[in-house]
Amino acid sequence: MANDSVGRTFGVALGVCLVCSVLVSAAAVSLRPTQAVNKTLDKKRNILMAAGLLKSGEVASGERIDELYQNINTRVVDLATGEYVDGVDPIEYDQRRAAKDPAQSEVVPDDVDIANVKRRALHASVYLVSQKGKIKKVILPVHGLGLWSTLYGFVALDARDLNTIRGLVYYEHAETPGLGGEVDNPSWKALWDGKKAFDESGAVRIEVIRGKVVQGRPETQYQVDGLSGATITSRGVRDMLRYWLGAESFGPYLAKLKERGVS
Amino acid sequence: MADKPRDVLFSPLFDSNPIALLSLGICSALAVTTKLETTVTMCLAVIFVLCCSNMAVSVIRNYIPANIRIIVQMTIIASLVIIVDQFLRAYAFDISKQLSVFVGLIITNCIIMGRAEAFASQNGPGLSFLDGLGNALGYSVILLVVGILRELFGSGSLFGVPMFALAAEGGWYAPNGLMLLPPSAFFIIGLFIWALRTWKNDQVEEE
Repeated sequence: MANDSVGRTFGVALGVCLVCSVLVSAAAVSLRPTQAVNKTLDKKRNILMAAGLLKSGEVASGERIDELYQNINTRVVDLATGEYVDGVDPIEYDQRRAAKDPAQSEVVPDDVDIANVKRRALHASVYLVSQKGKIKKVILPVHGLGLWSTLYGFVALDARDLNTIRGLVYYEHAETPGLGGEVDNPSWKALWDGKKAFDESGAVRIEVIRGKVVQGRPETQYQVDGLSGATITSRGVRDMLRYWLGAESFGPYLAKLKERGVS
Repeated sequence: MADKPRDVLFSPLFDSNPIALLSLGICSALAVTTKLETTVTMCLAVIFVLCCSNMAVSVIRNYIPANIRIIVQMTIIASLVIIVDQFLRAYAFDISKQLSVFVGLIITNCIIMGRAEAFASQNGPGLSFLDGLGNALGYSVILLVVGILRELFGSGSLFGVPMFALAAEGGWYAPNGLMLLPPSAFFIIGLFIWALRTWKNDQVEEE
């Protein structure tokens, strides 16, 4: 058959590929601006949720989000020293892009890389939430590997003791819906409020356990219910909190804040 | 076989339903049906992809060399799915986040591949379009039934609007957690197939 000749085969393959790639790239390029706006809004919405300024599941318009976002002061921190970095525009700074740039990032050594971060930006964005002129919460970005994907999210710490967790939200992940994807479940997220991240010695103690937390024990304050059917995602959540709150990353910054007060 | 346009369009709804009779595309039926909102989006996405892929494959069916036909069909399907995914990300961001990987997995939804290979590569574009629409609707019927049951009994709501007063909020209904887990979709699809085969006896396989 003429259809099966080598030339015909290549011709059809080439033609199909050309038409398909033109369609796909046209869709991707023309929709990118709208998608970028969505992504920024989504990130802001999640920061606001971690801050407790927006209820989870609350529908808010873009203007409302921008208005609430006025309460949030974005700063850039040098992770090694824990000091704020001047000379970097905190609004423009993109920690995730920086993590890919060899000049702005470093390899996380295997023995401390419990969250599978691999490469980490030298500088990190932090978000200070103020209400009535006083800083109430400090929001830190966290990420780490779950089962299928890297989960990106924010953890909010109470500014009074820098120990009490006020919220944990994820804005990007590709975990199994209904199992690991339950990190987005409002009732699970509500469990984090009031948990303690560190013990008296300053070690990170927060963990996601298997099954339900037994109330009334001394360790209850450090424990959150595991997600059923999602052991690996739960472990990923625990490890990323331990890594990012630990001495290897935000530790120096949190120590500085405790020393001289949150500002 | 049904070759009249009417039959091509309507027979996949109940007579030869892709999920109930052919057992194709069950994986996504388990995953996206915890809420009606995601279910409906998934149905629309599959309807679009299946109609377009069937048409496209049918238009070039006489030019596709037999030895690379599966790859050509895959390429067409994959491109359509990516386009749908891009649109969802731009215009239905929250839903696309909930559907996450399952939009991408439409590529491997056996119904689409199956119809391209079994029907579209042998019939004209018009009939293939109807076949795609019919099968996608057949898929949607089941997804919607499963979605309605799961959201109603699992969360006590439909489209996120509360239907039953939940016990946690002082009402009378204690939600059935099993309904939110994937196995419940298996049970519902099984019951659906049972009901369908009681209604249409000819679908029962001979022993």
